[in-house]
Amino acid sequence: MIRSLFTSFFLCLCLLASPAMAVAPDEILDDPALEARARVLSAELRCMVCQNQSIDDSDAPLAKDLRVLVRERLVAGDSDAQVIDYLVSRYGEFVLLKPRFAWNTLALWAAGPLALVAGLFAIILALRKRRAQSAQAADSPVAGLSEEEERRLKALLEDNG
Amino acid sequence: MIVEFGHYALVLAFALSLVQSVVPLWGALARDDRLMAVAAPVSVTTFIMVLLSFAVLTNAYLTADFSVLNVLENSHSAKPLVYKFTGVWGNHEGSMLLWVLILVFFGALVGFFGGNLPKDLRAATLAVQGWISAGFILFLLATSNPFARVANPPLEGADLNPILQDIGLAIHPPLLYVGYVGFSITFSFAVAALILGRTDAAWARWVRPWTLLAWSFLTLGIAMGSYWAYYELGWGGWWFWDPVENASLMPWLAGTALLHSAIVMERREALKIWTILLAIFTFSLSLLGTFLVRSGVLTSVHAFATDPTRGVFILALLCFFIGGSLALYAWRAPALKQGGLFAPISREGALVLNNLFLTSACAAVFVGTLYPLFLDAVTGEKISVGAPFFNLTFGPLMVPLLIAVPFGPVLSWKRGDLLAASQRLYAAFGLAILMTVFTFWLWGMDMVLAPLGVGLAVWVMAGAVAEILTRVKILEIGPSRAFSRLIGLPGSAWGTSMAHFGVGVTVLGIVTASAFQEERIATVRPGDVVELSGYQLTFDGAAPRRGPNFTEEVGHFTIRQGGIFVAELDPSKRVYTARQMPTTEAAIHTTGFSQLYLSLGESRGDGAVDVRVYFKPLITLIWIGCVIMALGGAVSIADRRLRVGAPKPARKRKSAAPAPAE
Repeated sequence: MIRSLFTSFFLCLCLLASPAMAVAPDEILDDPALEARARVLSAELRCMVCQNQSIDDSDAPLAKDLRVLVRERLVAGDSDAQVIDYLVSRYGEFVLLKPRFAWNTLALWAAGPLALVAGLFAIILALRKRRAQSAQAADSPVAGLSEEEERRLKALLEDNG
Repeated sequence: MIVEFGHYALVLAFALSLVQSVVPLWGALARDDRLMAVAAPVSVTTFIMVLLSFAVLTNAYLTADFSVLNVLENSHSAKPLVYKFTGVWGNHEGSMLLWVLILVFFGALVGFFGGNLPKDLRAATLAVQGWISAGFILFLLATSNPFARVANPPLEGADLNPILQDIGLAIHPPLLYVGYVGFSITFSFAVAALILGRTDAAWARWVRPWTLLAWSFLTLGIAMGSYWAYYELGWGGWWFWDPVENASLMPWLAGTALLHSAIVMERREALKIWTILLAIFTFSLSLLGTFLVRSGVLTSVHAFATDPTRGVFILALLCFFIGGSLALYAWRAPALKQGGLFAPISREGALVLNNLFLTSACAAVFVGTLYPLFLDAVTGEKISVGAPFFNLTFGPLMVPLLIAVPFGPVLSWKRGDLLAASQRLYAAFGLAILMTVFTFWLWGMDMVLAPLGVGLAVWVMAGAVAEILTRVKILEIGPSRAFSRLIGLPGSAWGTSMAHFGVGVTVLGIVTASAFQEERIATVRPGDVVELSGYQLTFDGAAPRRGPNFTEEVGHFTIRQGGIFVAELDPSKRVYTARQMPTTEAAIHTTGFSQLYLSLGESRGDGAVDVRVYFKPLITLIWIGCVIMALGGAVSIADRRLRVGAPKPARKRKSAAPAPAE
């Protein structure tokens, strides 16, 4: 967190404008439904000059421009997907805080679920193995010998043999 | 002269760490008591040396000695005294020195209090700790010397970053570092166990208090950082999924998993190999966090990232410690013997489930944090991974875990009965359903997830209470006898319940503050009233004010509720003179657990100003829950039974003090 404070400091440096808050009153649309959509969209769009901030949170002039742009497109009748497409066509995938599901983000999206499934498999395998081992150990007469003891036993047997 | 003395003390500490890394280990392997006995006094002396050098740097800050480059770049003679002191660790070099100070402090603690550890385990643990200190002291000396001088010192310093001129800087980094660095001890214990080829329940018993300690501090550190960002950054967010936040969250997730798997290892001698691996992972993630923050790989504009040699150096340390420990693990772990069997439905099974979800969540955060870097390096494509992604991937992994939390402690060891366990949780379940329905009734059907989230939080909280009530058998023996049992409950039982309760509290805060927050954005002139959540905020006007090292524009608001005076709030916008840097100082009014959050925006001339007001219901529960979790950790540490050296419970079990494996 301390570093996010540090980063935000640099962020402020790159603004140098007076600190404003994110969404300014004069940007707000009259239609509450459209404004609500604009806010949801803004939260998913990155302020490109900032450090991991959405345009909804950022004070940067660029973020303001993007907020206004999003609202203009919405007023012009674009759907949410069209607005996103438009911004991506202008600024690239980098503008999306939630990357789209594509071949190059497959590993990213799959990481969590994959870890879960792999872990589950590992647990099941380990449980099975343990159970088989303990069943074997129960049958075996040398159960309870440590490795060291087993080695010594083997050495003794070999010596004699 | 004093400054050079501090530098020299640090060099001595480096030499001592080298001794500590070699001699005791040699002793442990050669079974030479005299060589092993070197570890403890050397670890304490190293600590004293680093403490001296830290004191010297602090002195340079307090006396505003601008001939020291570090002080020159980060201090100012007009800075308030408290920030002169905390400013010592408000920069890369100083914070690294604090990091090392805490590291050697932990080493000294093991050296000082570890008298009842087996000699070879103590010696090997301290040796591993010595490697870490040697590595990081060398890092300081070679790339980040805090004692570097300037030839012609100017009269005035560049001042501390204004955002850091806050009481948060006094509390947050030390807490966080105790957490991060505390896991170095569990790491050293794990590596020592691998070197000696021996782990047992006693090992887990020694490791657990250290894990609890580190975990409690890390929890507090993260919570404190979150609250600091919330009130200081001025847009009312409390978690940003920033890479550096993730860097602290990952060791926390792994550490939480470690805490739980260590319980299984201690009680049932199962999950040994896994626990050792987790101990290695947890500290590795702490190191990774240090690397990410200080190397600048994640961010091109970052205050700690000025010198690429630092990044390379830390990367080398990272490879050495993580690679080395994992190689050692691959080599030695198969030799460790597994203990206790258990059925899938059992306390152990529940703890394994906990580990599964926590590590998966940790993996999701890990990949999410590093993936943009990876993709850029491999294909040159630039993508962003931010809050919406993490909410979508991290959240669903937490939900099943939270559902499972109350079941864990009421299941029995080895082979549990899910039906019997569920019966103990009927009341908790009923309460959760009731609260869900109540929230639906309160807010209507248009929000589906939020009431379910409230229900989940209540389920976790009520489950924690039910666990305590089950333990004292309140239904079987009646309230009066149950009460005497309640007092006699061991600290670890209380600790578990408190920590789980704290989780529920935090979840409740997160759900309500995110789902039911209200917000108004407006331009106000003196006399204007903003209405929000039943409060009327009257803007009385703004006036300039001078602080010790800043000037500010302060807005004055009077808060009323139904015409009755509630509070006055003075949000402001500051400009710090030395750096000409603006900051926003939000004003917060706390009512119950909720907060009214007010921050100023742009001035629009003729006294008009933009203002942003939030009502954040139950938001303080987020941090209160974390404090309860950390308290749970503390109560658990205080448990006499878990204290090393305390008499063992009169159970028929092999003596916990391990005989040398012969």
